[in-house]
Order: sequence, then structure tokens, then C-alpha cells
Amino acid sequence: MIAESTGLARKDLLGLEELTAEEIRLILRTAREFREVLDRPIKKVPALRGLTVANLFFENSTRTKMSFELAQKRLSTDSIGFAVSTSSVKKGESLRDTAQNIEAMRVDMIVMRHSESGAPRRLAEMVDAHVVNAGDGCHEHPTQGLLDLYTMQERFDDLRDRRVVIIGDIAHSRVARSNIHGLLKLGAKVGVCGPPTLLPMGLPELGVDVYPHVEDALAEADIINVLRIQLERMGVPLFPSTREYASLFGITPERLENAGHEILVLHPGPINRNVELDSRVADAPGSVILSQVTNGVAVRMAVTYLLAKTRLEAGHGAL
Amino acid sequence: MARSDLLIRGGRIADPAGDVLLPGDVLIRDGAIVEVASSIDADVPVLDATGLVVAPGFIDLHAHFREPGQEWKEDIASGSRAAVAGGFTTVCLMPNTVPALHDQERVRFVMARGREVGLADLRVVGAATIDIAGSKMAPLGEMAQAGCVAFSDDGHPILDSGLMRRILEYAGQFELPVVQHAEDTGLTRGGAMNEGVIATRLGLGAMPRCAEDIIVHRDIALLEITGGHLHIAHASSAVTMDLVREARERGLQVTCEVTPHHLFFDENWVASCHYDANYKMNPPLRASSDRDALIEACIDGTVDAIATDHAPHLPDEKEMGFGAAPFGVIGLETAFAAAVTVLLPHLSLPRLLRLFTTGPARVFGFDDRGRLEPGLRGDVVLLDPEAEFIYDVASSASRSRNSPFHGQRLRGRVVATVSAGRLVHGGGNRLH
Amino acid sequence: MTTLQRKARIMDAHRMRRAITRIAYEIVERNKGTDALAVIGIRTRGVPLGQRLVEQIAAHEGEAPPFGYLDITLYRDDLQTIAYHPVVGPTSIPFNINDRHIILVDDVLFTGRTARAAISVLIDFGRPRSIHLAALIDRGHRELPICPDYVGRVVPTARTEAIQVNLSETDGEDVVYVCDLPPLTEPQS
Repeated sequence: MIAESTGLARKDLLGLEELTAEEIRLILRTAREFREVLDRPIKKVPALRGLTVANLFFENSTRTKMSFELAQKRLSTDSIGFAVSTSSVKKGESLRDTAQNIEAMRVDMIVMRHSESGAPRRLAEMVDAHVVNAGDGCHEHPTQGLLDLYTMQERFDDLRDRRVVIIGDIAHSRVARSNIHGLLKLGAKVGVCGPPTLLPMGLPELGVDVYPHVEDALAEADIINVLRIQLERMGVPLFPSTREYASLFGITPERLENAGHEILVLHPGPINRNVELDSRVADAPGSVILSQVTNGVAVRMAVTYLLAKTRLEAGHGAL
Repeated sequence: MARSDLLIRGGRIADPAGDVLLPGDVLIRDGAIVEVASSIDADVPVLDATGLVVAPGFIDLHAHFREPGQEWKEDIASGSRAAVAGGFTTVCLMPNTVPALHDQERVRFVMARGREVGLADLRVVGAATIDIAGSKMAPLGEMAQAGCVAFSDDGHPILDSGLMRRILEYAGQFELPVVQHAEDTGLTRGGAMNEGVIATRLGLGAMPRCAEDIIVHRDIALLEITGGHLHIAHASSAVTMDLVREARERGLQVTCEVTPHHLFFDENWVASCHYDANYKMNPPLRASSDRDALIEACIDGTVDAIATDHAPHLPDEKEMGFGAAPFGVIGLETAFAAAVTVLLPHLSLPRLLRLFTTGPARVFGFDDRGRLEPGLRGDVVLLDPEAEFIYDVASSASRSRNSPFHGQRLRGRVVATVSAGRLVHGGGNRLH
Repeated sequence: MTTLQRKARIMDAHRMRRAITRIAYEIVERNKGTDALAVIGIRTRGVPLGQRLVEQIAAHEGEAPPFGYLDITLYRDDLQTIAYHPVVGPTSIPFNINDRHIILVDDVLFTGRTARAAISVLIDFGRPRSIHLAALIDRGHRELPICPDYVGRVVPTARTEAIQVNLSETDGEDVVYVCDLPPLTEPQS
């Protein structure tokens, strides 16, 4: 009995930019099997018994944290959460201090959410433990990107040459970046759409098309990923009002109707209802927005499992 | 105690005024140069310069020694040690200490601490505004009387155009330059690196180059009506170089400095450094075309001086995440090697040395140093421009370790530094 | 990929068919028909074997018991120690297993650890009335107190040997070999 050997040949998951298309496909394939586990009467497997995971959320995020915790419990890991947002750590513990403390606790895997772009990368280089990026600043949110890809693949088996448009604040969105990298690797055609003040420099160099008008985006899109919009960043308003945003870029049944073809609508949540996304769209019978949440658990199980396996292999080699 | 008589013998003298290296000796008595000749005999201690280049001590127009207020990052003693290790015998310190150097008392304090330490001659750039807060002019006259060499709010720009106009006008009466940190902060708020596709990919706050260009443009426009001397600190933009050239052609007194790190690195280093905040400085590392323009401007004489912007921060302060980390890198000990590595292919050594000696001396009006001539201060460096090495920041005399040059292969070593006739760095085995 | 040195053919297509037919009869006999019966194959070769059993039972009884299959990867007890990276395979048990008599099917019964894992999977799906184990080959060397209820053939083997089961569905022909494992060049666990 010889098993296929197709692991993730990496210690950490920091972003989709650094993954190969093959690695992304492996994660999505594995997630499909975990998705089935979630429908079992007992939604838990003993696969990662003995693996200790620390969930370090230096920035509030109820949903992503819950999803990771659930994924870990489904795999029988021992998980601990640091309530960072309420402790003194919040303001000004250096990443090196964090790293040294984690190492001292003999943690095998760290799931990190941080307001600073690159913080998980820095941490990953300082610790032996696996590091999973649960969202860093405006950089990447790889598990969100993967669950978006998974959800898109549920509808369109092959994303090659599918037109996906990400709508909203591209400049400050880690979800947008992970989507862009992941989709391009899987051969999709990627566009973005939003107010010019929310579009960063260099998008064409990344291979991304810019749609100034949402109607044009919808006319060409097979899939749209609608981002949560924030009026202000660090006290600076980036567009005049949420009402104006809704009237220019909000996704309504009427706009979708005018596109003249079926469009799959994703939203990473939480939704600002009737701002970026009309409630009638969010709650439509075929909406996949809640499937995204379920798929998120499966994708995070797959990532945890595949990374943990590389650790076990390394540990085995050292024996 | 002061051994201020010294004969530097057997080296090749690089006179920044010329363009060649000539064998010769330098005799210093009572801290001042008394003779420069092809062969000198004197009954004083001899520093053997065989195989080395002899040049005037370097002058840094721009450094932060953090004393008073943030001595954990650097203090005047550690900063002075780093300075002489890098060949700098004169260092001009910026006023953004805590509290800021905005009155004659504080200016005198820093200069006195420098004399106590007794390694390099420390000069002070006085704050242009009270608390470098950018609203109320500091007592420029009193600080000038106390010996400050220029005025600046460095770390911050002087943003208010009316205030900048008055400061240029007022400083003009003392014939001292106003040093501008050119940054329109409305464009750079929350920024961490140069704007462009790399910042977009890394998800880092963007600082567009035009934030510098706008202020340089405005300040030159102001200079047209005020007269006086404007000096652009740590210029990083190709546009700045064009603006400075053009303003000078119109007869305006505009000078500028560039840092070793802006000459050596561009923004691509940020893409590959894995969010190492030792590549975070303000202004940020720019596009490679900007870097090329800075190098070109060093060659054609637009750049007056290479200034280090030596800005120490502790490792823990830098390791808060790239966006949250403070701006700035140390640079006194790597400045010469960085310049040699980048510029020597394009410039002769004497011409390169102008950027460390006669150039900065002219900007801040030092007429007693920067050349090897009788009557000038006995500030001399012994250089090995051929020596190659891999820089290890652990060897730094600074209290901080935030160097982007760590691990870089560099060429050009400062072998010994003589300050006012005293050997203050290296060369112990060459002293007889 | 390890290459196995085949040294003896211990079962051909004809004998394999006979063995499966016999097991099918025994299952029906022991369970007094197909009532509440279900067959679940252990991936990978337990799946076609289980399907053949279902077909045989249906041929004789006129009714096919429900069939499912399971993947034990996530229940292995050696995930911490094995050197390769097991790919997680699909599990499909499209019926309620509560109060059913489950026949677990595998190709080779060896240490018993796979069967143990498969039982754990089943128990996480519900509470069957009974679980019985069917294996085409029992090669001995049990490490757990597990005993097959239906066996195609008992083959005494050495630990240095391997059993290779080829099935037409997965390998193009029905045949079973005893093979030699290649000698280990350096000690490995």
C-alpha cells in the first residue's frame, strides 16, 4: 500500500500570492472531503489529536475566529485563544515578544489576525510553529480567499476564463488581494470595481482590469465578490456618504436584472445591508453567502490538516 | 591628555578640490593642520598611512542622536562612537529630541555633551518652530548666537506656507539655511512605503513621491520672494533633482542632500525583505528610476552632500509590524562604503569624497574644515577604498541595530579617524 | 514508490469469484436474509469488493442491501508517525446506519488497525446493531483484538512479505500475489 505524497511543502500559509495553482487545488480538493465531514451526525474526526493551536487575534473578528475554532475542534486539536483585544498586548507588544512566548508554550500552530500587513510573515520567520494568516492589515486573508474560490467552484466547476469582479474598497481589502491572487492562479479573469479613491495603484500590473462603472462590471461578470464597505479609514472619509456609495455601486436586484444573465454573488460578511448589497440580493433563494460560511470551516480544516501534516512529517524525519 | 600633535605619513592624499591621489604627509599640531607636503619629518607621534588614502574628516549634515529624551535608542556618546567609526568628525544633529532643541539652552547642552565625549565635533540644527510643532517660530536668533548651524523641523515638514515664508525670511538675516523635510503629509498619512504596485501587493500604506515634489516646488517658489538659503533634507525623488537644478540656474540658493540608503536601495527591496522594518524610512525607498536619478545627480554635482539621516530605533520598536514601526535607519558606519559601492564606478574617489567633505562644509558654511590645508581643523580619515566586506550590524557602535545594510557586501573601509589631531577610531597598530 | 517483488500467485479470478460468492452466502445465512443489512467498503479496494458482495447478495435474494464506503485517513492512529502524506479520500454513507447490521469490507486483514479505524468512523455515524468484518485475505500478524467474520482465504505470511490484491475495477484483472518487500537500505520506522 503506497500512498500518494502530495503535501503542502510549506510550513505556513501566509497568502495566496505565494501558493502555486497546484497547492490551491490540493487545498480545495481536501476541503471537499472535509465539507462532507460537516454533514455527519458527529462532525468531528480524530485526525489531529495532540496538535496544539493558538489563535492569536490582535484585531477583533468574531466570525473568522469562530470559523477557525470550529475547524480546529472538528479535527480534535487542542486550541487556545488569546483574548488579545482585551489584554495589554493590544498596544505595543513586539512580534518578537509574542513569538518567544508562543515558542515557550510549545504550541504547534499559530493562527494570527493582525492589523499590520506582514505581521504573520514576521512571526513565521521567528517561530518553528506553523503560522496561518487569518488576515493581516490590508495584505491578505488567504483562508477567506480559499473559501471564496471553493464557493465559486461549487457553482462553476472550472474557473478558467470565468470573469470575476471584486466590488468595493480594493485599496484596503485583504480579501480583495487574496481573491485576486487565487483567481488569477486558477485562470480566472479578474476585474475590480469601486470608487477611484478606493482603488490602489498598480492594478493593471497585477493583471487586473478596472471597471469604473458597476453596470459595465455586471455586464461582463459571471461572479461578483462584494466587499464590505467602510466610510472612513483612520478618520478620513474616502467617499462622500454611504448613501451615495449605494446609489453608485450598491448591488441591487434591478442592477443584476439589467445585466441580463445569471451572476453568482459572494460577500465575505458581515454585510452592510442596503449599502454595498441590497437585502433582497443577500437573502435571495439561491444566495451562497451562508454557504460561504460553512465552506469556510471546511477550507480551514483542510488548511490546518495539510499544514499539520508537513509538521508531523518533519518531526518524523528527526526521530 | 589630548594628543593633538600627529604626523600622518606614507599615504596617498585625496584632495577633494582636485581629482587625483598624490603621495604625501599631513602634519597636525595643536589639533590643526600645519603642513601638507610630499614628505614631512617632525618629532611627533606618527600614524602610518602606507597603502591607504588620506582624506579630510567627513561631515554629516543630518543625524539623530536621541539625547536628550530617548537615550535607549542612542545617546551622544554612542552616536559619537558610531560617527568616528564611519569617518565622520563633524555631525550636525537634528532637533527632534524630547524635548526638542528649540532654544539656546538646549543647543548649548547638546554641543557641550559632544565636547565632553570628545570624539566628533557635534553641531546642532535648531528647531525652526517651538516643539517642532509647525505653528510658532522658535527663537532662531538666540539659537544662532548659541552656535546652531541651520534650522529645521526635521521629522516633520514645515507645512504652513506663510510660516515657511517667514522662517526663510527670518533665517536669512543670520545667513543660515532652512532645512526642509519635504513631505506633504496630507498625501502620506498612514503610509509606510513608496506608492506603487509593490505597496499594493504588500498591503502597505502608500506614500506617493509627489508628496516630496510638491513641498520642494512650493519652497522654491517661496525662496523666489524671500531670498535666503533652502536646503532639502534626504531628497529621494527624481523630480526634486530637476527642481534643484532649475532653481540654481535661476540663481536661487538651494542645496540638497541624499542618504546612502536612497542611493543604494530602491522599493524592490521592500518587496523582498519580508516586511523587515529596517527598510522603512521617511522618505521611503523610491522607484529604481528615482534611485538612478539620485546617482546621476551625485555625478553631475546637483547633490551637495551625502547625509546619513542616522535614525536609531531599537529592535523591539522596529518589530511592531511594518506599518506600525517607526521610520528611520542607522547609517553613520555604512555611509562611506555604501557610497563607494554605488558611486565609485561613476566618480573618481576625490570627487566622491566631495560629497562627504567640501560639499557639506559649503552647505552649512563650515570654512574651517572639509579640506586638507594648513590652518584647518586636524580632521583626517584613513581609507581603504578597495576593501570588501560583508557588513554585520552587530559590530556597530550604535545602541541600535536598525540597518538595512546588514548582510550586504560593501566596498570601502574607514581604517582610522583623526579628530582635531587625536586618533579617535582604529589605526592603533599604525601609531608609532 | 516502492516496487514489490512478486513471488507467488495465491488467487486467480476464478477462485476470487468463488470466495466472494461464498462470503455472500455466509452473510445471508448468518443474518437470515437481507433485512437491516448494509455493506460498507473500506477505501480503496474494499469498495469494489463490497459492491461485488452486494451484487451477489442481490442475485440470490432479489434485493440489494444498501451500500456505502468510507475513508479512514482522518481516523488513522499513525498520523503522528507516518512519513508520507495520506490524501483524504471521500466517504459516502447515504443511509442511516442506526440499528443496521453492517458488513465492513476490506481486501486484506493484517494488523487490524484499518478495521479499528473503520469501526471508529462508523460509530461516529451512528449506532449500528452490529458490525461484522469481511476480508478477501487474512494474512495474520494482528496487533489489535480484531477477528474477521468472513474470510476469502487465510494466507500465512512473513512480516517481510506483502499481499498485493489486484481487482479488475482498479487494476484491470482479478488476482492476488504474495510479494517480497524490498530490503530496507537504512533503518526507518
